[in-house]
Amino acid sequence: MLQITGVSRRFGDVTALADVSLEIRQGEFFALLGPSGCGKTTLLRILAGFESPDAGTVTLDGADLLGQAAHRRPVNLMFQSYALFPHMTVAKNVAYGLEREKLPKAEIRDRVGEVLEKVGLSAMAGRRPQQLSGGQRQRVALARAIVKRPRLLLLDEPLSALDKKVRAEMQLELKRLQHEVGITFVVVTHDQEEAMSLADRIAVFNAGRVEQVDEPVALYERPRTPFTAGFVGASNLFAGRACSAGLAADGLGVLPGASDLPDGTPALLAVRPERLRLGVGPGGASGGGPGGAGALRGEVADVSFYGGVSHVSVVVPGRAEPVLVATQGATQVRAGTRVVLSWAPGDGVLVPQ
Amino acid sequence: MTRSTVSGATAAPRSRRSRAPGRLAFLGPGLAYLIVLLLVPLALLLSYTVFRRGRFGGVVYEVTGENFTRLLDPLYLGVIASSLKLATIATVIALLVGYPTAYLIAQLPRKWKTVALVAIVLPFWTNFLVRIYAWIVLLSGPGLVNSTLEGLGLGPFEFLYNQGTIVTGLVYSYLPLMVLPLYAAIERLDPQLREASANLGARPARTFVSVTLPLTLPGVVTGCLFVFVPSFGNFIIPELLGGGRSIMVGNLVRDQFLKARDWPFGSTLALALLAVLVVLLLLQAWSARRA
Repeated sequence: MLQITGVSRRFGDVTALADVSLEIRQGEFFALLGPSGCGKTTLLRILAGFESPDAGTVTLDGADLLGQAAHRRPVNLMFQSYALFPHMTVAKNVAYGLEREKLPKAEIRDRVGEVLEKVGLSAMAGRRPQQLSGGQRQRVALARAIVKRPRLLLLDEPLSALDKKVRAEMQLELKRLQHEVGITFVVVTHDQEEAMSLADRIAVFNAGRVEQVDEPVALYERPRTPFTAGFVGASNLFAGRACSAGLAADGLGVLPGASDLPDGTPALLAVRPERLRLGVGPGGASGGGPGGAGALRGEVADVSFYGGVSHVSVVVPGRAEPVLVATQGATQVRAGTRVVLSWAPGDGVLVPQ
Repeated sequence: MTRSTVSGATAAPRSRRSRAPGRLAFLGPGLAYLIVLLLVPLALLLSYTVFRRGRFGGVVYEVTGENFTRLLDPLYLGVIASSLKLATIATVIALLVGYPTAYLIAQLPRKWKTVALVAIVLPFWTNFLVRIYAWIVLLSGPGLVNSTLEGLGLGPFEFLYNQGTIVTGLVYSYLPLMVLPLYAAIERLDPQLREASANLGARPARTFVSVTLPLTLPGVVTGCLFVFVPSFGNFIIPELLGGGRSIMVGNLVRDQFLKARDWPFGSTLALALLAVLVVLLLLQAWSARRA
């Protein structure tokens, strides 16, 4: 439905987008995920018509989008700052886009009433934006964008200005709305949890390039680039070379992993903290081996309890950074305990470097 | 232990007592300035309006209402009306020229903004009278403008000493006072609001009328006041560029004090001028509260 082909944009010496190509499907909830300054907002602004790319094409349903002025595109944007008109009431803000279409007054009134009901703000129609809470403003911004029934709705960090509790609520609401109105959503975010929970598919951006496009679960379990492995979710990364049993790690021996890479390829082995098993080992020899379940031995450096989970960091001889282990609930180990770390070969993901 | 409680208990009232002199020290200079240089002269001026004129200037302390009846003479009302007209025209022109200027400056890169703003206030670094005389030199019969036009086979024209010249002088002198508050208002406007308007399907002209203009209206009102107030009471510009005829209230006030030596009537005219401005300010405050 939305076809982005070879889009590049430079600002002076900075490359904001380098040859980005993406295909977004009808009715999809698509996320552009990346650290700040990775170019994802530039792409969004190009889609909305506030920037133009140096090279590349964008088509919406086969029709060229870049040739159209911003105010003619069937694309609506929900701004990160919401950009509500402070001198208009909630109802006027929502009606603004419909008035530009020169629709009959009665129809505008009906559609504004309908959409305000959908976002639960009918009682606030007469208020000014500055009289609303952050969550309410966010919903006005959303209502103002969807009331136009665009082909494509762009959302720039839609939940970043909200506190944690409202965020969770709005996440569910966004998803419900997307199903209800059936509009294609493209959301830009630096928050991977937000992207994971909302999106059908995620494109991971780094330094103006698309690293990987995948469904959330695949992205998490099978990262294909070192950047994705490090950026999406916490990961323990081990550097080394691929071998038949997994990874021959520098200074740690062979670590178990599922590999389809040719032997000897420089690679990273990524193991999720929650996939690591923590065993209280006899204070035996350190230094791992592929044999059995025990892969790494070390000493607990620190334990943090977060309620549902505990994070244990384990110092392993031969490795500079501690290995992070997430366990369910409280844990018996404490700083100084000698432990054995193990994982199933299927939980070790090899990423070519 | 006991010592510290005692000193703690005495410390609080002392600081409360010592706050009053402290505030006075901060407020004092400004307050003294206002009282000595504004309120006292204003009170004197007000009191003169009800007295008779002295033969050689000054006042004779005999209460009379004749100054106010004289004010209603069509001659003087006409002068007030023409002052209102000229100041209004100058304000409207300054707004029409100043808004696009301020808008463009607000879009410039940061470095060039400063340069442009300095250029806007640069004329203030030169003496006001000298600048007005410069206009006379430019526009006079054999002046630069006319000789250039003659070179092109046009003119010469009579530019000086009419109402158009006065308006030109007023706009020229007070345009910076229009541009600066407008710039401040436009600069403060979130550029995303304009983008949001375009995103919702508004053409640039519609965005200006529905978003930019309403949100910069406080700057428009301030700029208009800054131009209108000094224009309305001006006497130097009409004197020099208007040919010295008493066509604005400012000249009339000055003539009454310095030429006719009629202090009471001069005061009454000054009071009328002040009254018009106060009414305008009240209207502005009232409209600002409604918006």
